[in-house]
Amino acid sequence: MEQRVATRVQLVRKPRTRLGKRLAPYLLVFPGGVWLLIFFLIPILFMASVSLQTGTLESGFRLTWHFGRYVEVFRQYRPQFLRSFAFGAIATGATLVIAYPLAYWIAFHGGRHKTTFLLLLLLPFFVSFVIRTLAWQFILSDQGIVLGTLKSWHVLPRSFHILATRTAVVSGIAYNFLPFMALPLYVALERVDRRVVEAAQDLYASKAKVFTKVIFPLSIPGVFAGILLTFVPAVGDYVNAAILGGTNTTMIGNIIQLEFLQNFHYPVAAALSFILMFILLLGIFAYARLLGTRSIQEYV
Amino acid sequence: MNPYDVPELHPALLRGLTQRRISRRDFLRYTGAGIGVGSILAACGVSGTAKPASTASAVDFAKIYGNGATAGTLNFANWEDYIDVDSKGRSPTLLQFTKETGIKVNYKTVINDNDPFLAKIIPVLQAGQDTGYDLIVITNGGPVERMVRLGYLTPLDHKYLSNWETNADPKTKNPNYDPGNKYTAVWQSGFTGIAYNSKVVKTPPTSFKDLLNPAYKGRVGMFGNNQDMPCPALVSMGFDVDKATPAQWQQAADMVKKARDDGIIRSFYDQSYINALENGDTVITQAWSGDVFIASASKDFGGDGFPELKWAFPQEGAVYWHDNMCIPLHAQHPVDAITYMNYAYRPDVAAKMADFIWYVTPVPSAKDIVLNQLKDPTVGNSPLVFPTTEDLASVHPYKVFKSPEEEDKWNSVWQPVYSS
Repeated sequence: MEQRVATRVQLVRKPRTRLGKRLAPYLLVFPGGVWLLIFFLIPILFMASVSLQTGTLESGFRLTWHFGRYVEVFRQYRPQFLRSFAFGAIATGATLVIAYPLAYWIAFHGGRHKTTFLLLLLLPFFVSFVIRTLAWQFILSDQGIVLGTLKSWHVLPRSFHILATRTAVVSGIAYNFLPFMALPLYVALERVDRRVVEAAQDLYASKAKVFTKVIFPLSIPGVFAGILLTFVPAVGDYVNAAILGGTNTTMIGNIIQLEFLQNFHYPVAAALSFILMFILLLGIFAYARLLGTRSIQEYV
Repeated sequence: MNPYDVPELHPALLRGLTQRRISRRDFLRYTGAGIGVGSILAACGVSGTAKPASTASAVDFAKIYGNGATAGTLNFANWEDYIDVDSKGRSPTLLQFTKETGIKVNYKTVINDNDPFLAKIIPVLQAGQDTGYDLIVITNGGPVERMVRLGYLTPLDHKYLSNWETNADPKTKNPNYDPGNKYTAVWQSGFTGIAYNSKVVKTPPTSFKDLLNPAYKGRVGMFGNNQDMPCPALVSMGFDVDKATPAQWQQAADMVKKARDDGIIRSFYDQSYINALENGDTVITQAWSGDVFIASASKDFGGDGFPELKWAFPQEGAVYWHDNMCIPLHAQHPVDAITYMNYAYRPDVAAKMADFIWYVTPVPSAKDIVLNQLKDPTVGNSPLVFPTTEDLASVHPYKVFKSPEEEDKWNSVWQPVYSS
């Protein structure tokens, strides 16, 4: 009798657990899914529709499927597009060159204080993005603590300036996105199996060979992730150009802001955003196909 | 008693405690929420909801202002440093206003720049909702005209504006951007002229064209917006801002563009131009009058302490602009707002504000009070706060756009110059 009851309970319970098991993944993904639907999918569809509308703020915008706008705005703002990609690429290259030795040193020679060094690396980035950039504006001003001193020593000519130049904007971007490069690089280098390095040394590889044949190839996923994480926001950045830039340094982010907030040309701003997004996606896709590794997920 | 025994409860009460009942009101609320989500999506839509600006004859003032009874609250959106402040950070004139009228003022310095502020409130107005502000301060030369075109400003009933009638500077009445002051009353005005560092620039500049002098290569600042740089450029070439043709716009734009590409112009600035000037990044720059007054005044006077910074009126005439008080559409407390507008035009109030703000007050009779009662000759005798008739004789107003198309055309000429 007792046994029979137990079996019946089992029989009743079993399908229930199964249902729960089957539902679990969906339940887990549900909050995130709803979040993305409300705050990503709907706005992006809405922006897509805006980019194809025509009209003015006064008369209202109506959806006219004006695909020609994409060509028009790309033509109009081609210099700013090209400049954004150029600035983004140079800044990304610069962060790679700066961050790689840094991450390498922390990962291989940081010893007990690795966490401290990482914290030191991140410390400036606890300050707001804009404030940090404004601080550079102050430090690099023509009569400021750096240039002013050098000028008073007659090391630099009176008219020399860094602010309001392309160099200033690119340096600002490189500075602001440094952790996005350094951290994935650090993770990748940290994960390099020391025994493999030792094995290479045991096989009489020179220091340079160990690096080029073992360590660097093993850190490629980190390089990949770092470039991705730096390049994408760098291209769309507008804060550095606005604060550190001058003439002929306007980036596409500034133009989108201008079209949206000053000219109230919502369709133009939306179309520009989509073009930027499209080029970036295309670039990332090609880049992932050419250089991507399967373990990329581990680092991003 | 067995702990699992449930005490006897009335079934109806039990149902009420354990089950949710959907009443008719709830039902309405839930449907309302559904409709709400729908209307949010619709509100996101930029579909045209703009109404044509109501004509003065058709305005039913009683509908807006009722019987003129105040509500006791005023939500006031203004710019930073644009009202008198005492050592405790409070505004004496606002306190006095509350004392006299019983209207509590929520004063918020939320406006950093016209366009971003409008970009925030226009979608709200488009959805037919109240912006949360009863009184806002926006500049002519685009922002005011845009709000008027959109029909997003509340018409002013002049029967509440007796002080304005008596005391407002005739120069600020009936302006070209708001004929008959249907929607606006000037808060403060200012000049766009030239500021220079007298330590470096030895001969005082006399014209906008001095900004194109290669001697100051890389150390010249200009404004990066569609009024403050274009209008002085046009004026310096002898063109009338409002009558100039698009070909003449282009001619003036090319003049500035050449200086830019020769590296003479360092950057096109927003309000940060004054920091660039104070830091020594620029030595000669386009400037707004009040800022230069503040920058050059000594620190114990409340200024920034850069006595070497000087102001110059260009001989072709400075550009004269106005920040205007207006009441946005759907404002909750329009009577309180218009009561304050009128209050701001009392000479004693205007004098106290002028003595702190250092821009041009729209109440010329405040000068006497600043000089004789507040005993502040520095402000009272400054042409930047109380300009002389000669200063005002040669001024030029901002460009007024006759249509959105004209504005787009204008922008397509000037924008490539300052946002390159």
